[in-house]
Amino acid sequence: METLWFVLLAGMLATYVVLDGLDLGAGILHLFVARDDAERKQVIRSIGPVWDGNEVWLLAAGGTMFFAFPSLLATSFSGFYLPLMIVLWLLVFRALAIEFRHQLSDPIWTQFWDVAFGVASILLAVFFGAALGNVIRGVPLDASGVFFEPLWTNFGVGEATGILDWYTVLIGVMALATLAHHGALWLFARTDATVRQRAARAAGYLWIAVAVLAVLGTVATFSVQANVTRSLTARPWGLVLPLIAAAGLVVSFVSRRRGHGKTAFRASAVFLYGMLGSAAIGLYPYVLPARNEAFGMTVTDAASSPYGLRVALVWWIPGMVIACGYFVFLYRTLPATVSVSDVADH
Amino acid sequence: MEALTLHRLQFGFTITYHYLFPQITMGLALLIFLLKSMALRGVPFANEAVRFWLKIFGVTFVMGVVTGIPMEFQFGTNWARFSEAAGGVIGQTLAMEGVFAFFLESSFLYLLLFGERRIGQLGHWIASLLLFVGTWLSGYFIVCTNAWMQHPVGYLVLADGSIQLESLAALLTNPWAFAAWTHTMTGAVITGSFVMAGIGAYYVLRGEHLEVARRWTSVAVVTGFIASMAAAVPTGDIQAKLVHDKQPVTFAAMEGHFHTEDSAPLILLGQPDMDRLELDNPLVLPGVLSLLTHYRWDSTVTGLSDYERDLWPDNVPLLYYSYHIMAGLGTLFILIMGLGAIFLWRKRLFRQRWLMWTLMLALPFPFIANTAGWMTAELGRQPWIIYGLMPTAEGSSINVSAGNSLFTLLGFMGLYALLSVLYFFVTTRIIAHGPEPGPDADSQETAPTTVVA
Repeated sequence: METLWFVLLAGMLATYVVLDGLDLGAGILHLFVARDDAERKQVIRSIGPVWDGNEVWLLAAGGTMFFAFPSLLATSFSGFYLPLMIVLWLLVFRALAIEFRHQLSDPIWTQFWDVAFGVASILLAVFFGAALGNVIRGVPLDASGVFFEPLWTNFGVGEATGILDWYTVLIGVMALATLAHHGALWLFARTDATVRQRAARAAGYLWIAVAVLAVLGTVATFSVQANVTRSLTARPWGLVLPLIAAAGLVVSFVSRRRGHGKTAFRASAVFLYGMLGSAAIGLYPYVLPARNEAFGMTVTDAASSPYGLRVALVWWIPGMVIACGYFVFLYRTLPATVSVSDVADH
Repeated sequence: MEALTLHRLQFGFTITYHYLFPQITMGLALLIFLLKSMALRGVPFANEAVRFWLKIFGVTFVMGVVTGIPMEFQFGTNWARFSEAAGGVIGQTLAMEGVFAFFLESSFLYLLLFGERRIGQLGHWIASLLLFVGTWLSGYFIVCTNAWMQHPVGYLVLADGSIQLESLAALLTNPWAFAAWTHTMTGAVITGSFVMAGIGAYYVLRGEHLEVARRWTSVAVVTGFIASMAAAVPTGDIQAKLVHDKQPVTFAAMEGHFHTEDSAPLILLGQPDMDRLELDNPLVLPGVLSLLTHYRWDSTVTGLSDYERDLWPDNVPLLYYSYHIMAGLGTLFILIMGLGAIFLWRKRLFRQRWLMWTLMLALPFPFIANTAGWMTAELGRQPWIIYGLMPTAEGSSINVSAGNSLFTLLGFMGLYALLSVLYFFVTTRIIAHGPEPGPDADSQETAPTTVVA
């Protein structure tokens, strides 16, 4: 039962990354692929109807973690206190940028929000990546069962780690490149004219960066976290996931070159699911590994009562089916592409 | 300052600021739905009112979302020991809020705000209904979470002290949740009504956008009058009786009732003196507290001094003031909206300039009343984070130091000060611009303009 919730929670978080990743990615590229007001409106309009719903996946995943693994939520959120607060502030700014930009058509106002949107999206991608890096690498948990990580110590992967060290920064940069690539493919599929061309060109460069960083990140992960090898040896079928990720990456390249934006974007989503699934398998049975392995928190340590986990399925399954229904409806009703000529008059 | 104090200040500050916005959107969601229903039946100017209020709703909703996200996370960041102990219970309702309410709201908000032409009038009405349902559902789950902290039900305490969920049904049907939810929702409708009526009165006083402003002000006054009455009886009354039954110490403290008495008076005014345990400058209604509590003039009401001092809420004067400010303002709202409803019924509302001024200037007060009401609930729960089960001092994160907590508290204060400026800037621009004549306005311009009420 705990393992089922581990899979469901990992699935929700991965879906969050895939969906909010598209608007984070669009935000990362915002200042680069869209140069004038009409183009920037075009980028924001392409994610306007969906970004808020995408972000709800983070809240729903947080709630699910709260009742399924209360100890994990308590220990990790308080231990990652400072970076989490910074993430919250960035989320606030980014949301305001998207929703307040169109309230006024004054150049100072719109340019301020454009930069806020771009910078907040870039920093969020790096922080999310670094957060994932921290969880994979393990945190300085000790016998007290709690930890508190400063933002950085000496940038080394030792006993007294900080949020940022060479490994987590590497994963942060990898997240930045991956989400930028994801967002570029979204814009390639959903916009037209100059933005679409620039997004295609950006996706080309970013694809190379993603491929290189994915290899580097994988090698580094095996070297900093011994549990990955152990878990994959015990569950060799898990190797399917990195293969799926690799296939997704290849298809996203081929489809983009052939001009199939939607297929390329979906392939990028498959890549993300594959990579995050691999990370989840590499973690298992831990939900929060410790630098000193004896103190790591496992799925069983963190789980709440069997009754709570069982009864939650009764509402969670229908609830999520309905929610997925909204998303299908929402994405179906989106216009196929947001055209730069449509936004110019607004 | 101690870390515990800073954790409490940060949660108190961020939740108080956050709740300024949902009380508007939950109130407006009902009013917009009512106006949209009228528009669907062909009531003139109702659709223009809907379009104008959706603009305010949209901006306010964003504020609620961005200030709400930190609330979810602060359970884990600042209250780790509480979250670890109680997460298996309250995590259920918090997750339900995300799954059942937030997904619904986020999926249909954009359609409601920008999709009127695309989905048609019936579709737009359905979207307004779904948003109304979504916001009120969200309110239920969050109040239900708080209700469990006020009056825990459906749980087991294991030998090692950890708390487990025993019955989800009991958690969701907590009598405290239903009482607190109806009281909270009437409070939100009061805020929504006063905001709508206040801005309507502003336009009427300026002689601008008269037809559409009169249309929505009429709706707001009627709704506001019903909600103001319901906030007192039955919802406020039920809530007060629950506090009396389940949190007797809190009840004595919030009423400022220091000593056990037969025929206890209801205190209207006075300042608690915590050294002498008396009330300075009291203005009381003799016997009324006994009457309201036990339905008998001469019944006994237990006073605060009969309880152990370490069971007292840690800030009795603030609790007392919060409760009395809420109740006092609530009485005033019945009076204002009652007068509005009478003049509306006599079809003379919009000629009473003094009443228009009153409505306009009353706009901020429901925010104070709602805040004071929640302060009553939360200060009254002290010294417990889960009433009777876990002291507040045992719930905070021990690994987050006072220095880190102060840093983030200051960060939130600065950020939210900026948010306030931006919100006022954007909303005052929307109000200055005013409602726009809709695409169907042509046919209505020929209609008689004497449709006042």
